[in-house]
Amino acid sequence: MVVRDNTIPAVAPRLGEKKRRAFGEVPGLRTLAFCFLAFLYLPIGVLVAYSFNDGNIVMVWTGFSTDWYVKVFGNADIRKAALNSVIVAVSATAIATTCATLAALALARGGAFRGKGATLGIITLPLMVPEIVTAVATLVFFSSIGLNLGLGNVIIAHTTFCIPFAFMPIRARLEGMDTTLEQASRDLYASDWETFRLVTLPLLMPGVLAGAMLSFVISMDDFIITLMVAGAGDTTLPVYIYSMIRQGITPEVNAVSSILLLFSIVMVTAYWFTTRQKPGPNAH
Amino acid sequence: MTRIQPAATVTPLHPAAPTAVERSGGEPAVVLENVCKTYGRGASAVEALRGVSFDIRDNEFFTLLGPSGCGKTTLLRALAGFEHVSGGVIRLFGQDIVDVPTHKRPVNTVFQSYSLFPHMTVSENVAYGLRRLRRPADEIRTTVAEMLQLVKMERFADRLPTQLSGGQQQRVALARALAPHPKVLLLDEPLSALDLKLRQAMRQELKQIQAETAITFIFVTHDQDEALSMSDRIAVMSEGQVQQVGTPTEIYEHPANRFVAGFVGDANFIEAEITSPIGAEVTCRTKGGLDLRANGAKARPGQRSVTLFLRPEKVRLAPKGQGTVDGQVETIQYLGNACLMEIGIGEAAPVLVSERMADVDQPRRAVGDRVGVVFDPRALQVLEE
Ligand SMILES: Nc1ncnc2c1ncn2[C@@H]1O[C@H](COP(=O)(O)OP(=O)(O)OP(=O)(O)O)[C@@H](O)[C@H]1O
Ligand SMILES: [Mg+2]
Repeated sequence: MVVRDNTIPAVAPRLGEKKRRAFGEVPGLRTLAFCFLAFLYLPIGVLVAYSFNDGNIVMVWTGFSTDWYVKVFGNADIRKAALNSVIVAVSATAIATTCATLAALALARGGAFRGKGATLGIITLPLMVPEIVTAVATLVFFSSIGLNLGLGNVIIAHTTFCIPFAFMPIRARLEGMDTTLEQASRDLYASDWETFRLVTLPLLMPGVLAGAMLSFVISMDDFIITLMVAGAGDTTLPVYIYSMIRQGITPEVNAVSSILLLFSIVMVTAYWFTTRQKPGPNAH
Repeated sequence: MTRIQPAATVTPLHPAAPTAVERSGGEPAVVLENVCKTYGRGASAVEALRGVSFDIRDNEFFTLLGPSGCGKTTLLRALAGFEHVSGGVIRLFGQDIVDVPTHKRPVNTVFQSYSLFPHMTVSENVAYGLRRLRRPADEIRTTVAEMLQLVKMERFADRLPTQLSGGQQQRVALARALAPHPKVLLLDEPLSALDLKLRQAMRQELKQIQAETAITFIFVTHDQDEALSMSDRIAVMSEGQVQQVGTPTEIYEHPANRFVAGFVGDANFIEAEITSPIGAEVTCRTKGGLDLRANGAKARPGQRSVTLFLRPEKVRLAPKGQGTVDGQVETIQYLGNACLMEIGIGEAAPVLVSERMADVDQPRRAVGDRVGVVFDPRALQVLEE
C-alpha cells in the first residue's frame, strides 16, 4: 500500500536509508549473496549463451548462430521425446489436479471422519520419500503386476508423484476460504452441486491453477522415475537429454535445455499472473 | 411428513407484497417447540439451546436479544438450516422444517460478515437466489433493479463487492437476501460492523424496509438500544433459554426476572421483605431498615422476601430532607444529555440515578453532595421470582 502523508516528509526516507544500511552492515553478507546468485545463475547463463555458439565444441566460442536450434527442431527423436513429455505432463497434470481437488474438498469440507489426520499425512508424505525409492518401488510394482501400457505406465507414475504437489496449493486456498460463502449460496436456493460449480470452484480456481502448473512443471522436469519406468519408445525430454550427453556434449544439448528452460519460465510467469489477479476468497 | 416446497413453487414472487392487514390474524410465521441444540458430545458437549419455545408472528419485526454466547446465532442457523437441531420442532407457517434442507427453505439470511460472492458484481449477487429459483430473465432483471433501489444501491450495480464500503456491502447483502422474497428474513447482527451514526440511520431504514416488504424479520443483536428501537417484539435469551418474550415496553418496563431487568438497560435491585398484605401496592422493609412502598403486582401470595427493581431514570432527586430517603453522591458519570450518579443511602449497594440535563438552571451535582432521593411507588416494582 502506498501511504502518502505530507505532514511528516523527512521521516520516511530516513527510515528507509537506515534499513538499507543495516542490511549492508552485516559483514560479508552482500558478497555471500552475490556469490550465491552467481553460482546459481551463471552456469545457466553460460548454457544458454553457448546454445547460440557456431562451432560444435562446447566451450569454445566461434560465433553466433541459431543452427543448433534448427537442428533440434529437425531431430525426429527430440520431437518425439518432447511430444511424449507434453503428453505425459498434460495427462498427469489433469488427473493429479482432479484427484488433488477432490481430496482437498473432502478434507476441508467433508466434515469430520475417521482417519482424517492420517489421510492428510498419506497424501503429503510422498514429498518426503526420496525419489529414487519411489522410482525403484514403482518399477518393481509395475513389473510384478505385469503392467505394460507403454506411455501409460509413465503417466500413472507421474500422476502419483504429482498429486501431493497439486494438493498443497489447492488445500491452502480452500482452508483460507470463508465457509459462509457456501452457506450463503445454499441459503439462496442453490443445491450442493450448484454451490460447488458457482461458488466453491470459481473461488478455488487460483489454487487449482497453481496446483496444475506446479504438477506440470514437476512432471516435465522429472528424470529418475521416468528413466526407470519408461520403455524404449516412451522416452521423455529430460531422459533423452541425458542420453545425448552420454554420447558427448554438443551445443544441441544446450539448445534443447534452453528451450526447456524457456518453457519453465513461461509457465512460472503464467502462474504468477493467474495467482496475483484473482480477488481473494474472503476479501470483503 | 409434510414437506415445505421451495419458495419457487409455493409463492410466486409478489410484485406487490400482500399487505399486513391481509396476512395478520393468520397462523404464526415461526413456531419453536422445545428446540434443543447440543454441539459435540461427551465431556466437551455444549448445550447451546435448552428447550426454546415461542412463536413469531407473521409480518413481525422480531428480535433475539442476549449476551454473547447465549445461542442467538445457533437459533438463527437452525432456522436457516445450517445447523441440525438435537431436539424439538420448528414450524414455518405450520409446516415442520426440521428435516428440510437449507436450499429448500423459503428463508434467507443476511450474514454478519455479509458474505457477498467476491467474484460476482453487485447485481449478480442480488440475482443469485432468483437465478437458482429459475425465474424468468426479465423478472430477475426488474426484481434486481427494484431491490437495488430499495437499498439505494442502483449506482453500484456493476461494482464488485471488494469495491464497496462496509455499509454498502451491508445494503447489498440485504438486497440479495430480500430479492427472492423469502417468507422469513434472518439477520445476524447486520449492523454491528458499522459506525454509530450509520448504525442509527440503518435502524430506521431496516424498519422501513420491513414495513414495505411485509416480510417477517428475525433480527439478532446483543445491543439493547437496537432491540428496543426497532422491534415489534423481543425475545431475551440467556444461556440457551428464553427469559422473556414481549414488546419493547413490556421488556423494559416490566422485565420478567432479574436477568432481563439487568440486561435491558441499567437497573437498581434492592433486597427487601414484604411487611404488608400482598396487593397492588405493598410496603417493604429493606436490609438497611428502610420502609418503601412498591408496586406489588408481580408479588406471589404469601411471598416474603423479594427483589425490588427500579430504573435509574425513574428515581428523582430532591433537596436534602425532601425525598423518601437522604443520600450522598458517590460517583458521577457525565453523559452529555444526562448524568449517571451512584448515591449511597445506607443500603448494600448505592442507588443508580440517571438525571436528565434538560433544565438550564438545574443544580450541578458534585461528589459528596447530600440529596433527597425520591422513590415513586409505581416505578419501584417487586420482581417476579
Ligand atoms: N460449531 C460449534 N461447536 C461447538 N460449540 C459451538 C459452536 N457454535 C457455537 N458454539 C457454542 O454454543 C454457544 C452459543 O453460541 P452462539 O454462536 O449461538 O452464540 P451467540 O448468542 O450468537 O453469541 P454472539 O453474540 O457472541 O454471536 C456458545 O457457548 C458457543 O461456544
Ligand atoms: Mg452470534
